Amino acid sequence: MAARSQMALSLGFHIIFSCIGMVMPFFMAVSHFIWLKTGNPVYQNVTKAWSKGVAIFFATGAVSGTVLSFELGLLWPTFMKHAGPIFGMPFSLEGTAFFIEAIALGFFLYGWNRFNRWFHWFTGVVVGVSGLISGILVVAANAWMNSPSGFDFVDGKYLNIDPIKAMFNPAWFSQALHMSVAAFAATGFAVAGVHALMIMRKRNISFHMPAFKIAAVFGVVAAILQPLSGDISAKMVAKRQPAKLAAMEAHFKTEPYSPLIIGGIPDVKNKKVDYAIELPGMLSFMVHDDFKTPVTGLDQIPEKDQPPIAVTHYAFQLMVALGMLMMALGIIYLIAVFKKKNWFDKRWFLKLFIWATPIGFIAVEAGWTVTEVGRQPWIIQGVMRTADAVTPMPGIGYSFYLFTAVYFTLSLAVIFLLYRQIKMVPEIYDTKTVAP
Amino acid sequence: MMIYVVIVFLWVALLLYLVMGGADFGAGIIEMFTSNKNKSRTRRIMYNAIGPIWEANHMWLIIAIVILFVGFPVIYATMSTYLHIPLTVMLMGIIARGTALAFRNYDAVHDNMQKVYNKIFVYSSFITPLFLGIIAGSAVSGRVDPQATNFMDAYVYSWLNWFSVAIGFFTVALCGFLAAIYLIGETHDDAERKSFIRKAKIMNVAAVVAGSVVFIASIKENIPLVQWVFGNFIGIAAVSAASVSLIVMWYLIAKGKRFIIRVLAGFQMTMILLTTTYKHYPNIIILKNGGHLSLIDDQGAEKTIQSLGIALLVGSIFILPALFYLVWSFQQKPEQVDNEMHGH
Repeated sequence: MAARSQMALSLGFHIIFSCIGMVMPFFMAVSHFIWLKTGNPVYQNVTKAWSKGVAIFFATGAVSGTVLSFELGLLWPTFMKHAGPIFGMPFSLEGTAFFIEAIALGFFLYGWNRFNRWFHWFTGVVVGVSGLISGILVVAANAWMNSPSGFDFVDGKYLNIDPIKAMFNPAWFSQALHMSVAAFAATGFAVAGVHALMIMRKRNISFHMPAFKIAAVFGVVAAILQPLSGDISAKMVAKRQPAKLAAMEAHFKTEPYSPLIIGGIPDVKNKKVDYAIELPGMLSFMVHDDFKTPVTGLDQIPEKDQPPIAVTHYAFQLMVALGMLMMALGIIYLIAVFKKKNWFDKRWFLKLFIWATPIGFIAVEAGWTVTEVGRQPWIIQGVMRTADAVTPMPGIGYSFYLFTAVYFTLSLAVIFLLYRQIKMVPEIYDTKTVAP
Repeated sequence: MMIYVVIVFLWVALLLYLVMGGADFGAGIIEMFTSNKNKSRTRRIMYNAIGPIWEANHMWLIIAIVILFVGFPVIYATMSTYLHIPLTVMLMGIIARGTALAFRNYDAVHDNMQKVYNKIFVYSSFITPLFLGIIAGSAVSGRVDPQATNFMDAYVYSWLNWFSVAIGFFTVALCGFLAAIYLIGETHDDAERKSFIRKAKIMNVAAVVAGSVVFIASIKENIPLVQWVFGNFIGIAAVSAASVSLIVMWYLIAKGKRFIIRVLAGFQMTMILLTTTYKHYPNIIILKNGGHLSLIDDQGAEKTIQSLGIALLVGSIFILPALFYLVWSFQQKPEQVDNEMHGH
């Protein structure tokens, strides 16, 4: 249990650090591009300010990633012994992508005024692209745990290992797409929210407004596209992991015209959901594209193979709700851009985005909970149970406390640092700023 | 055939981590032994030197660990089970060091927090290579015992012995030595240069002392280290080559050379890693019961090794030229880095 908590904690932090470290370079590249095209120094300042954020998040993302590559073995040696050679392919490619990202970041951060301007811009783009590729590869490895392939499991032995097939497992595309879009949405809203707060406080509006707009556009577009990738993901889960889907929906009974259950409190003992809104036939429609075909419910799954239903259900509902919220905000933003330009100065408009700062990341964490908790009791779906994978070393509890303390200190330090970065914006960038 | 490509990559990744990462750790160790009034200057020189490439230096460890867990899962699983404690300490060091370095460079406000970052950076620069050395020593010390029945034997005495700890300190001294040699070439100020040369001498002596302690500890712990190093031609040749190059290096330092001394220091590390791994090859972990885990016998599935080898070869086509260009272009005009970083 402690091992599981430690892993969840490490991944929970890493996912935030790496999402920001992976998406912000794209914001940076856009701003950098505008600066190179227009020569407007505001955009140069925005680029430089963001590049410092990228550097901080890259460093924390890199160390938390290093830690994870060891923790896999420290906590789950049995899992790694068998799974390493099968699903290791994306990790070895990820090593390459990550290495390139580190090199490109070196060029970018230290390359101002040293290289051809467009070469310098290009290194910034490489940071973003290789970061995104690393992210996709790591998610592909996780997808393998959900839809294991590329080997034959015979009498407890793992035979005919094919790492390429394992990497392109059936779930890799849907999961990688969903996660990448989510990273853009979450980071876009988070960054936009911080800049919106500064605009509302009337600090350096000429600096924060363009920054807000770039970040918001990324967040908005991603939020509007996300339900599509969510649908692809859900269909994949229904096919490969019926237990997870059933737990997500708290769907107890297999019957025709399966209802879509929204909200509610799952009552596991009596196998029903209280206080929920039920839309008859909708779940069947979403999974099978027709209203009648029954969707596998929890009654078809032996109890020992069921994931924790309440947690999975709540996390899923939370993720969907926040996703809808972001989509609504996205539509409001588009209206502001195309119809009501004066909304950008309205307090309520900025307030909406300030409140939305954390929701993308809450949704990411909730989604992560769904995919990990929903896979339990398996570590490799249908092949190895989590309980059989854990390290034999006693006293993992202490290790968990240690890592908890370290991660909390680390996050506090990062927040402290970003706060100081933002506070210093007037001193560092204002003297050079010319109103656009 | 591909297995040998993978093994070469593993060895080279370890060597590069020892040299590049080692110099990087060493910079923190040097800072630890620098008087307060010179600290900020040392720090500036050091930062100019490692700033652009420090992320890349630490990638070698990730490459090595990924090769281990993809290609040699049994070895990886055994290490991470029985050496759990030193690995965790080393990880803590890596986290603390990486973040402290990033924070002290990117904190927009320069105040007392800088002192906190510096302290963390310096201590973790010492602890991380210490435990790296302990882990390396433990792998060959024959104390890893999968049959152990109690906690202490399985998880503590596997690494807590004179031999492993001595190797830990030896590693720390090597890192300090590498950094001092590197920094000699980074400064154009005569007084600073002299101070780095003095530090290099101290670290050289420290490495020799720690190295001797390693041999004494190996006798005390009944580890046939003398035989491993001096019992075969390659071992003797490598030790002699390292000794000769050391003498040549000190002569060239006195002559005021900058670049070639780094090459020689790197060569010495190569020879040290060669002597310490040659006799064991292909065994990588020696167990208490006399058995061992081997890179040949305990390799992963054939197809995995094939694709891992290809991935490494293709990856290095992308990585090596870019890395070389990065190092080269910042060697050309190191001063500009300084201006840029302190410009805002």
